[in-house]
Amino acid sequence: MPDLRERALTRDRPRPQPTLDDVEFFEATARGELRFQRCSDCQTWRHYPRPVCPECQSPRFSWELSSGRGRIYTWSVVHGPTLPAFRDDLPYNVVDVLMEEGVHFQSQVLDCPADEITADMQVEAVFVPLDEEITLIKFRRP
Amino acid sequence: MTHTGQKIQDRAAIAGIGRTPYGKALGRSEVDMAFEAIFDACEDAGISPREIDGIVRYDMESVDEEQLLAGLGNPDLSYFLGTGWGGGGAAAVLVHAAVGIASGMANTILVYRSRARGKQSVFGKASNLGGRFWERLDRDLPGIDKWHVPQGIVTPFHEMAMITKRHQIDYGTTEDQFAEVAVAIREHAVRNPEAVMRMPMTIADHHASRMISEPLRLFDCNIETDGACALIVTSTERARDLRHPPAVIRAGALAAGSHHRRLPAMFPRNRDEDSAARTGRRLFESAGLAPSDIDCAFFYDFFTSLVIIALEDYGFCKRGEGGPFVENGGLSWNGGRLPTNTNGGQLSEAFIHGLNNSLEAVRQIRGTSRSQVEGCELALVAGANTDPTGAVILRRD
Ligand SMILES: [Zn+2]
Repeated sequence: MPDLRERALTRDRPRPQPTLDDVEFFEATARGELRFQRCSDCQTWRHYPRPVCPECQSPRFSWELSSGRGRIYTWSVVHGPTLPAFRDDLPYNVVDVLMEEGVHFQSQVLDCPADEITADMQVEAVFVPLDEEITLIKFRRP
Repeated sequence: MTHTGQKIQDRAAIAGIGRTPYGKALGRSEVDMAFEAIFDACEDAGISPREIDGIVRYDMESVDEEQLLAGLGNPDLSYFLGTGWGGGGAAAVLVHAAVGIASGMANTILVYRSRARGKQSVFGKASNLGGRFWERLDRDLPGIDKWHVPQGIVTPFHEMAMITKRHQIDYGTTEDQFAEVAVAIREHAVRNPEAVMRMPMTIADHHASRMISEPLRLFDCNIETDGACALIVTSTERARDLRHPPAVIRAGALAAGSHHRRLPAMFPRNRDEDSAARTGRRLFESAGLAPSDIDCAFFYDFFTSLVIIALEDYGFCKRGEGGPFVENGGLSWNGGRLPTNTNGGQLSEAFIHGLNNSLEAVRQIRGTSRSQVEGCELALVAGANTDPTGAVILRRD
């Protein structure tokens, strides 16, 4: 019997939709660059993107290149439930990476068995296209 | 100088509590269940639904004032508002009700929540057709979800698992300690005929339950149920003339501003600056009380590990000592260090977005709980300790 509820849910991969506040982030990743906003006044890095600095409220900022390097701050291994789009990946890891610039970034570590993920493990960004427009940032052990 | 919140101290009281039966698949609409709970609460208070002149609800509530008014006999509403932040608003609704009473904006305020969350109770994608918000996400995500959902971080349990893992990294919190929370709260549900999960649970049972999002297992997570809860809040003076002894709102506090709604901005600060920790400090200061004065606590038990963190947030133990605190039946109604969620909570009684815990807090103050804490005078009720949140202290009159 067909599971109608299942069918009512999207099977497509969820996709970030760029907006005026963050389009530069996605333009950069599509070029193979990881860029974060950095305050032009107090030099504080920030992510996710927003129009003003959380430290000094300055509206002046630039999109600066990240080193792409960071360490695992925390993680989980998802066994389900999850969206149908991710069901074939189960179990999969999800991680919070503390980047060298001091911002936290949520992603996944590729090519890494779940039991090898450790706190403070070094990782570096890799670029994984989702479609013609959107490239996601994932991580790998160096 | 007055402390934050002092003007609402002791001014309002919970005079009535009501609910539907709880179940995994009641096959009822959220509107239908809301009415049953509301009429039950009015009956409990000994008032007519037409006397309701204020409504406070969750922003996420799908049954709005408009859907209620005709059924309530078109009462003359003079105060109505919603509170954001999902489970973080679970006790904020009572704070806002107390503000409405203390300020004179209304005399009889209804607080309610109706949810069809059981798997068999999802009727479609519209917001009032049951189910979970994350199952209804569009493919294209323009909001803050865009930063984690496309990475596979979809549900609250994925997020809370990562917060839990960090607590383990920092403090060595163990799965045995998570299990202690689940077992203590299940013990309360076993004693509560209205609870959905009444099979006794051992630590071994907990460890045998399936992994959901490491380190969280099935028995670390709240259950998914159908049901509705409602409370009637009025002035303390008037509550004294109604059917039951009042559960006086001694103090209420809110806090926002440290965390953002989702993970991307959740970690940069010290956990002592979390909304829940700031709510706790503000609450006890305005109440002129200390955590050691509390007889019985109701934490937002969406996950066992978050109860452990809440004990730290609200100052019942030092940061990192929540795990040892729950060991050896620390949360048990019967002689535990801090009897917690004596109804069976959201882990085992029902998941009505925290309001079922508020109902039980009122029973503890009235002295009518099935797991009654002897001489209970003061009960803490807290919203989810993640995002902007709030809490109240109830006291016996
Ligand atoms: Zn700045």
